[in-house]
Amino acid sequence: MARSRERRGVGKAGWWWTSGTAVVSFCYFFPVLWIILTAFKTHNDALAIPPKFLFTPTLENFVGVFSRAYIKGQAAVDTGFDLFFFNSVFIAGSSVIVALILGTLAAYGFSRYPLKGNDTYLFIILTTRMLPPIVVIIPIFLMFRVSGLSGTYVGIILLYAAFNLPFAVWMMKSFFDELSPDVEDAARVDGSSDRRVFFKICLPQVKAGLAATAVFGLILTWNEFLFALLLTGVETRTVPVAMAQTIGGDIGVRWGLLAAIETLFLIPVIVVVFLLQNHLLRGVTFGTIKR
Amino acid sequence: MSALSADAGQPGGWLNPSWSNWRPPLLAAFVIVPGSVFVLPLDIAFWASLAAVALVALTSVVNAWGKHNGPLLVAPALALLFVMNIFPLMWSFGLSFYHYRANRLAPPRFSGLYYYEKVLSDPAVWERLQTTALVVLLTVGAQMIVGFLLALLFEKEFPGRRVLLMLVLTPMMLSYVAVGAFFRFYYEPTFGLLSQAVKAVTGETFILLDSTAGALAGIVFADAWMWSPFVMLLVLAGLVSVPKYLYEAAEIDRASWWRRFRTITFPYIRGLLLLALLFRTIEAFKLFDIVFLLTDGGPGTSTETIAVFVYRMAFQYFRTSQSSALAYILLFIVIVLTNLYLYFVRQRAQEA
Repeated sequence: MARSRERRGVGKAGWWWTSGTAVVSFCYFFPVLWIILTAFKTHNDALAIPPKFLFTPTLENFVGVFSRAYIKGQAAVDTGFDLFFFNSVFIAGSSVIVALILGTLAAYGFSRYPLKGNDTYLFIILTTRMLPPIVVIIPIFLMFRVSGLSGTYVGIILLYAAFNLPFAVWMMKSFFDELSPDVEDAARVDGSSDRRVFFKICLPQVKAGLAATAVFGLILTWNEFLFALLLTGVETRTVPVAMAQTIGGDIGVRWGLLAAIETLFLIPVIVVVFLLQNHLLRGVTFGTIKR
Repeated sequence: MSALSADAGQPGGWLNPSWSNWRPPLLAAFVIVPGSVFVLPLDIAFWASLAAVALVALTSVVNAWGKHNGPLLVAPALALLFVMNIFPLMWSFGLSFYHYRANRLAPPRFSGLYYYEKVLSDPAVWERLQTTALVVLLTVGAQMIVGFLLALLFEKEFPGRRVLLMLVLTPMMLSYVAVGAFFRFYYEPTFGLLSQAVKAVTGETFILLDSTAGALAGIVFADAWMWSPFVMLLVLAGLVSVPKYLYEAAEIDRASWWRRFRTITFPYIRGLLLLALLFRTIEAFKLFDIVFLLTDGGPGTSTETIAVFVYRMAFQYFRTSQSSALAYILLFIVIVLTNLYLYFVRQRAQEA
């Protein structure tokens, strides 16, 4: 086809190439798009055969996420999803803050003051993140039960902090490694203390890295299911667990409602993917691959 | 005296008790942590171990304050990881040598290698490992192919590339639960889009998740859809790093498309393809959420991956020791794979 004549490398693409890519992209995104559309359909429209592409949008599903009647004819009651959304935000936010503080300090240490066996430590840290969650969860489940941390905010936040920490360390280390040491050396020669060098010179240079790490951590925690399933109680339940319970639970085939939950759950993620595109490669490989 | 004692600030030997000498607490912790689990009741053992570990932490911080910046910066992170990851893993390693059930009060009894023998000779385990291997093979294979083709599409600059890239990259950032729910909806026998599409062609009701092959295909399709963008992202990074002058030289030589790909493009993406392959293999090996939500291992146990199997063993049948033993075997496999992955990451970093 025409492609063999086209010059490859980072060149310009013709309009046919652009439109072809656009079609493929939309097909690829279609499963997400369809869910978002379904969220705005009435119950009958959502289950229509054949599927309806044109419909009058409704917000009834979004209202139903937060309060609805479980049995037809009864008064609408609170479903608890406002609490679950709050939990998801609160738990993800707190754990990322803890992980980011500890992770940035450690990353700076690994980057600027290499220890004996630096690589071994980094390997162990990464390994804890690569392990199947199911392997880690068995002892943690026992530990949480014994220590009474099960079903508390403190417990799940600490666990998620540990879950995000390897990621934060590797990400931040990759950002610190990229900084030129000249500025720091100059500051040291001028008599700046180590602490001053870190706060006034290094940190401002990795601001973008900090933001990217934080946001990635937020998404990873926001999406996490297995730990939350086993270690959160009624009061601390997060959205993924509540969503999974909804799939097999009271709403049965009320897919419009489920789609609405998912839509609310997805929108922050989609926005973030757009904003973070330049750091995505580093983020999804836990900072092991930069370019 | 020796460098060791000078380091601890204790000229009189390195076991001297002092707030800045972390060696005695460490020694004590090594005895208390594994020992107390089986001697003392579980909750007391937990707090005793925690106290021992806290003492190690405290003494090492006092020792390092103002002198060793590196260890001091790294210590808090390592401490958290130790408490939340490494210590529990050591605990479960210990448990795998004892008869213990998390839902019984009976104290653990020593069992030696009994559970390792039991797990390794259990045909169900091998069956689940085979299922997992099959899923890994299919899903990673599909991801590599689809990801590679997607990357070729996005190799060039064109208006709106950033937006389209976002559309394609979104699936991998979604929650497994959301993706599981999506595909449950699409595979749903009456209203599901896929089922309706098939019915329109064949005229028969199509229930994908009812057969083993169908359920497997359903899982692989959902997972491959979710993670192909990952491979694409890595391949794309390789593609854009190819220096343009090489292509220009190839054009002068009138090299064929295939030859140009083999001699110029491929060497630049080879390393990243390998990393993508390893990373996805590790991740696919732990596949849990999507199977759990989409088929729950069914029909029967035909799509039960090893992770789902461990979950059932640990949290539905409460065979704690047995599941710990199996978990440790999985842990070993993942450590080997991770080591391999990092080896190639370093190799690539050195080449660059």
